[in-house]
Amino acid sequence: MATVMIDLKRLGDVKAPAGFAERVLAQAGMADSYAVFDTVLGPVYVAWNRLGVSAAMRSKSSAEFESWFRKDVGRQLVRVDPPADLAAKIEDQLEGRRRLRFDLRGLTSFSQAVLSKTLEIPRGQVRPYGWIAREIGHPAAVRAVGTALANNPIPYFIPCHRVIRSDGVIGNYGGGGPEAKKNILTLEGVQLKRLQQLARAGFRYEGVRSTKVFCFPTCYHGRAAKEQNIVQFHSEQEAYSAGYRPCKHCRPAVVA
Amino acid sequence: MEGTERVFERLVHEHQHRVYALSLALTGNRHDAEDVAQDTFLRAYRALATYPPDRIRELKQKAWLHRIAVNVVRNRVRGVRPSLVELNGSEPSLSSGPEDDVMRKAEIDELAARVACLPARYREAVVLRHVQDLSYAEVAEALGQPVGTVKANVHRGLKILRGENHGDGDD
Repeated sequence: MATVMIDLKRLGDVKAPAGFAERVLAQAGMADSYAVFDTVLGPVYVAWNRLGVSAAMRSKSSAEFESWFRKDVGRQLVRVDPPADLAAKIEDQLEGRRRLRFDLRGLTSFSQAVLSKTLEIPRGQVRPYGWIAREIGHPAAVRAVGTALANNPIPYFIPCHRVIRSDGVIGNYGGGGPEAKKNILTLEGVQLKRLQQLARAGFRYEGVRSTKVFCFPTCYHGRAAKEQNIVQFHSEQEAYSAGYRPCKHCRPAVVA
Repeated sequence: MEGTERVFERLVHEHQHRVYALSLALTGNRHDAEDVAQDTFLRAYRALATYPPDRIRELKQKAWLHRIAVNVVRNRVRGVRPSLVELNGSEPSLSSGPEDDVMRKAEIDELAARVACLPARYREAVVLRHVQDLSYAEVAEALGQPVGTVKANVHRGLKILRGENHGDGDD
């Protein structure tokens, strides 16, 4: 009798395995899971929870990613084996074939608006910072837009690299500096050289003679025109006085 | 809502070993034990979210978690396995420690497997009384049974464990 009871008592002293509490909190949505994925951009650390992808970073190590996440996002983090389909979903997202859900809790509503707007910029296109500011109803807050994008917790996924300065300068990039930004844009099919030539000459917009519509130079709807039908403008006013109206897709100016 | 999360976080850290040990004793293997223990806490989490603050304050956490865990195990046996996991599929990492730890672990596992062979009503009673060290009154409350029934079931369960004929006893 006694030995059985002593044995049973030992059974009661068993400890939960390492990381158990964190896994429970992760399942309750109170901690995020993360794993490292091989992507077209190289290895990227990605964190997610029930609401969606919450962070992404090209960190050097797990330790670096974890400490950045805890400090910046402020939640607990658990490394897990990713669900079988997540790698394919991430690849699709980065190649523009899919829209994942994102968890932007904890950011200001301004930052959330900036990032949501950024998600609307199609792959292969770019917009100026001022465009985001105007579209979210804060036309004067151009610098604040820059700050919000610089602190984007989910670069690559939320394509802050598609926002550049209107003078053609690529601008800073939290996801690995201006060089990384150029590389990603080139990977997405943006003709950076042409874009910068236009910008250096002071041209902001391109119009099509036949339709009398003007666009941002990377807008898909303007690119189908023949080269000899394309005309460049320095400003909205110039386009308007030539009898052109803004494109309804890329909205280079407020569409009436 | 914020309050609930803080309560839950403390609940998990405070009771994780107890709930895991209970789950191991009831299921007999570490894989199922992790599942049961996780389910137990997730049910607790969902329940807490619906409780008014004074009910949360007065909650006897230990007894409450025991009751949930026993129910989770009963439901699994009935084949009702609520699938809770979508994005967060995770496997427990079975890290092996130094060698005497491995030895001890093997002994524990064997004992857990033996306990798991007991018929459910004896197993629940024995585990709560002698593994978890609850009083007969607490066991009775957790199982929703009269104290006399619990005592009898503990007694019969121990008898089977002591003898070699674990399995069919006087079932």
